[in-house]
Amino acid sequence: MTATPFTPIEALIGGTLIGLSAVLIMLLLGRIMGISGIIGGLFDARSPSEYSWRVPFLVGVVIAPIGFAFATGQPPVITASPDVMLMAIAGVLVGYGATTGSGCTSGHGVCGLARFSRRSVAAVAVFMTAAFATVYVIRHVV
Amino acid sequence: MKNATVIIAAFLCGLIFGFGVLISGMANPAKVLSFFDVAGGWDPSLALVMASALAVTFLGYRLVLHRTHPVLTTDYVLPGATDVDGRLLFGAAVFGIGWGLGGLCPGPALSALIDGGQSVATFVFAMLTGVAVAKFVGRSNPPIAASHEQNA
Repeated sequence: MTATPFTPIEALIGGTLIGLSAVLIMLLLGRIMGISGIIGGLFDARSPSEYSWRVPFLVGVVIAPIGFAFATGQPPVITASPDVMLMAIAGVLVGYGATTGSGCTSGHGVCGLARFSRRSVAAVAVFMTAAFATVYVIRHVV
Repeated sequence: MKNATVIIAAFLCGLIFGFGVLISGMANPAKVLSFFDVAGGWDPSLALVMASALAVTFLGYRLVLHRTHPVLTTDYVLPGATDVDGRLLFGAAVFGIGWGLGGLCPGPALSALIDGGQSVATFVFAMLTGVAVAKFVGRSNPPIAASHEQNA
């Protein structure tokens, strides 16, 4: 995979929409918009009433590319590694790690930092460092 | 919390989030990995995505959390934990390694699913498995899973 171009306008529009979603979830439903937590709640039968917002939220996230393709005239560009085994290992680490660490990019990185959560500051520092280090090792050491 | 308004609101918020990650490029593993590749052809876009998302959320939360209760529900459910413990740091490290390997974090992975082919489908299935395993392991260690909403 080669380097991708810097796209500041798209980055700012996209980031603003992500933030808008987080604010609306708090304003309307009083919940943290943390994707790993929202997914994790589906495996947690202790409070079934939580399904009534978790499921439609996740459906929206999954089918968003259909609206994206309709609005822009083309599907989003998704270029992933063709190594299925690598993607399987990565997926397990992401799901297990984010759940064990009580959050991912959205929960800790957006909502948690916006609340000045000490746990989120620590988690973001660790997962960003781990991701930078992993890419460095994969692309420049191995 | 079981009415059509909640369902529609949650669905629309999911769509907005999905549009955000798709427009920003966060759902494209190639772009995410370019951001993390500081020693290669660095693409700083993701820093702007996170900065703008954080700025909007910070300002929005300041306005929203002054209200006595959310519009459609009775109470705010906010994480109460404050301790930076080993479990948090271990989980974050494991998550970061996975993010660096695959270029996808949980939300963007879901928005990449339809157009991402076999690689992304495999990632998402594996990710859901990882969440389920962590939930199962967490349940056998009850002191940590005291609240049903401990995620940040």
